[in-house]
Amino acid sequence: MVAILSEVAPRESDVKSPLHAPALHESGLKHTSGEALYVDDLPLLPGTLVGHVIASPHAHARVVRKEARRALALPGVHAVLFAQDIPGVNDVCPVRGVHDEPLLAVDEVHCVGQSVALVVAESAALCRQAAALVEVEYEALPACLSIREALEQGSFLPHWLYPGPHLIRRGEPEAALLAAPVRIQGECMTGAQDHFYLETQASLAVMEEDGAVRLWSSTQHPSEVQEKVAEVLGLGRHQVTVEVPRMGGAFGGKETQAAPFAALAALGARATRRPVKVWLNRDQDMEQTGKRHPFWARYEAGFFEDGRLLALKAELVSDGGWSNDLSHAILDRALFHMDNAYFLPNVEVSGRVARTNQPSNTAFRGFGGPQGMFVVEEVLNRAAERLGLDPAEVRRLNYYHEPSEHRTHYGQLVEGNRLPRIHAELMASSEYARRRAEIDAFNAASRWTKRGIGYQPVKFGISFTTSFLNQAGALVVIYGDGTVQLNHGGTEMGQGLHTKMRAVCAHALGVPAEHVRVMTTATDKVPNTSATAASSGSDLNGQAVKAACEVLRERLRLVAAHLLQVDRAEAQGIVFAGGRVSHPAYPHRSLTFAELTHAAYQAQVSLSATGYYRTPDIGYDRKMGQGKPFHYFAFGGAVVEVEVSGLTGEHRVRRVDILHDVGSSLVPTIDRGQVEGGFIQGLGWLTCEEVLIDAKGRLLTHSPDTYKIPALGDAPEDFRVQLLERAPQDSTIHGSKAVGEPPFMLAIGAVTALRHAVAAFGPPRTEVQLASPATPEAILRAVEAARSVKR
Amino acid sequence: MTDSKQPLSDGSAPAEASSPEAPEGTTRREFIATATVGSALLLEACRHAPPVEGPPPGTAPAELEVTFKVNGQLQTLKVDPRTSLLDALRERLGLTGTKKGCDHGQCGACTVLVDGRRELSCLSLAVMHQGAEVSTVEGLAQGDTLHPLQQAFIEQDALQCGYCTSGQLMSAVGLMSEPCGASDDDVREAMSGNLCRCSAYPNIIAAIQQVRRLPKL
Repeated sequence: MVAILSEVAPRESDVKSPLHAPALHESGLKHTSGEALYVDDLPLLPGTLVGHVIASPHAHARVVRKEARRALALPGVHAVLFAQDIPGVNDVCPVRGVHDEPLLAVDEVHCVGQSVALVVAESAALCRQAAALVEVEYEALPACLSIREALEQGSFLPHWLYPGPHLIRRGEPEAALLAAPVRIQGECMTGAQDHFYLETQASLAVMEEDGAVRLWSSTQHPSEVQEKVAEVLGLGRHQVTVEVPRMGGAFGGKETQAAPFAALAALGARATRRPVKVWLNRDQDMEQTGKRHPFWARYEAGFFEDGRLLALKAELVSDGGWSNDLSHAILDRALFHMDNAYFLPNVEVSGRVARTNQPSNTAFRGFGGPQGMFVVEEVLNRAAERLGLDPAEVRRLNYYHEPSEHRTHYGQLVEGNRLPRIHAELMASSEYARRRAEIDAFNAASRWTKRGIGYQPVKFGISFTTSFLNQAGALVVIYGDGTVQLNHGGTEMGQGLHTKMRAVCAHALGVPAEHVRVMTTATDKVPNTSATAASSGSDLNGQAVKAACEVLRERLRLVAAHLLQVDRAEAQGIVFAGGRVSHPAYPHRSLTFAELTHAAYQAQVSLSATGYYRTPDIGYDRKMGQGKPFHYFAFGGAVVEVEVSGLTGEHRVRRVDILHDVGSSLVPTIDRGQVEGGFIQGLGWLTCEEVLIDAKGRLLTHSPDTYKIPALGDAPEDFRVQLLERAPQDSTIHGSKAVGEPPFMLAIGAVTALRHAVAAFGPPRTEVQLASPATPEAILRAVEAARSVKR
Repeated sequence: MTDSKQPLSDGSAPAEASSPEAPEGTTRREFIATATVGSALLLEACRHAPPVEGPPPGTAPAELEVTFKVNGQLQTLKVDPRTSLLDALRERLGLTGTKKGCDHGQCGACTVLVDGRRELSCLSLAVMHQGAEVSTVEGLAQGDTLHPLQQAFIEQDALQCGYCTSGQLMSAVGLMSEPCGASDDDVREAMSGNLCRCSAYPNIIAAIQQVRRLPKL
């Protein structure tokens, strides 16, 4: 072995780790130069064909006849594929053992937009021309188009193991309700939300040797795409490789619902022996894919006169659409978040999934949490209005106590509750009390314009509630020149996961972040992965990356000890930082990382390693409704101020103050972006995004000209976001906390603020009737109702 | 459609024109309005033209040749006259930095500059741009030197998934030469045609304002 010693002590400026520091986005340069490639941008092999989905025009119908002869006669049309052309299993349901989602309809269609056939042709224009010549004859059947109709018809999607409703109960809610001095009952609905990722669903499939297939898919879950493609084609999974370059947004919409389009591309490629790309245009994407689950709730709550919650009984029904997808896991999370931040001493919550003739609804940021939380927030808002109390104070009174003494309704101890701290800090920094008083004065003097302020705390459970999914892997490869390729199981959809993973890797190996290249996510590098979902991407993959890097560092440490002439006993003191390797006791001996890795290679030391992580000690017993489904909780708070026009029902978000708990942030700039973006997306769900269908179940809002997501002008006019300081979390990757979903629910504060403003149109203690989403129409109706309350 | 009906091959956009300024005597606003109405009328006229000389429905019309400059380079393409500028850029010239978000002119992801003005390339036919100067995100940097807006977008973290970024950038570059007030509110209004589903909006405003506040060279 050659000793290469540099007689230079490491300088302070060299040893800066990228961890816990602001960072430029890992792909920032590529995004701003147009170089970043998404699936639809990949250079195509010669002969690549276009796959076009023929979708059902009926919400429910029998398929009587399928005939493609005329389409196939068109020159340039290579195949028209139906259910009978699938060589393997005609199913893409993400739940093991449940087969209720055929890739292509067999003899019945269950929603408008369900895939019936795939046309494969030389161009998109030719595909459309051919699709018009494919004859599919339907016999329309009665359709069930809403939760209400499903309830009337008893149409549900029962859980495959536990057919009854999911029920969680504690204490004696019936007796407590009878004894409660104040009782509030009612119903509420939250609406669907389209993901509207800017990049629509896209997949490219290429046949390889030995009947194998390689796919590039815009998916959050490459392993599941691999599994479904293998099943559909009747192959072993070793014959299917899935790569994800990056996604142009996903938000849950590409967790399960990228798989069908990938499977169709693979099916087309297998049938034609040519590469096939399936890309949905915006209208197709909105019509053919599922959305956030609408939820209906009926509730009854009991309060003390001072605003303390005594009892809550609530029944939830979600609109699952026509097939299972992830509806039950989403319902579970809704039920787990019926408490949000509040201790419910006597409680019973139950839920079912309705089966309707709509596209199968699916994961969307929050995964049911927002829908469950909305119910308890509605209850608290109504109680505050009835009792004439400040809704922020009603919330504070009901917090879980800290130090921890309370368990959630499903039996998990609420540990490390930061809400009392967040509440106090945010109330002070946002000057909530002063502004609320000013708003009341403004409202008294303003006839047509009223303002409102709302406070929203959030507690959000972190982990996949299907416990075995909480695992991740990584493969770290070091080359002889000291540069590093990082592979991990997570996918990049804009949430900054790659930026964070690169920081974790660079920190562990003590190299500059620029020396670490994050590779395309691929199933042949890291196998058997979970979806990048449930806000868990950094938590799980970060630990796996760290584990892999530590294996490599320990191997290199032995080599370094030899080169630095340090005793084995002292080797633990060797420091990897700033691209150099040294020992503080011998400041004048040091190596560059490249020198060390080159020496390790020559010393026949392996320079690649895998890492693996699984979340310890979590689990949930659904039958008992008890357990510890979450590794920990993330917390946050928001104060939202709005202004409402009583003439038009329009509103502006004047100011938002957020204090959010991300633990010790891995990369604070990324986390801030997630908090701001999540909040605004939540505002969209609650105020301007309205999914509408016609009487035949056809989507009316299938493009941005009819479906309004927040634009730049809808962002809060004055937006002050702070990350909670000095807040490390135990047993997570470098003390950080998950951030993807929790801030979404902070936007419920806008509803509280809107109610405050609307109530000001009526007499004191007006109880507001505000539908969700709070569109101008809904607000105007609420204002009219408030005005007509007798003084 | 025949060659004789080729729209905008002369007159409003002379082949040698390199100035983004409006013709003499009209304000920019009037010019844009006239041009928009004019092209809409032309398209409408094409739609209602009797299909005497046209090909039978369902078959592609004869290809037309169009020559324009893209990021300073002269490009001559033979295209189906129905080809959008967006598809010409992405599929014919391999410039995939410009994205197709909705293909309806509603999301802004496909924004490019045509003769210095921002334009939705999905709503614009390639053949309408005979002699025009088209700029895309790929042409923003000068060698290794980034455009100040590219630099600002990176520094301000004004992107997440990146899919809307090229449209945001080109829209912002166009905005720099438009009459727009100095406040954040003015930028919010002027950039409202570019959707960002990740809602990186606060940082997009910050990036644009950072550049607008730079001293003019």
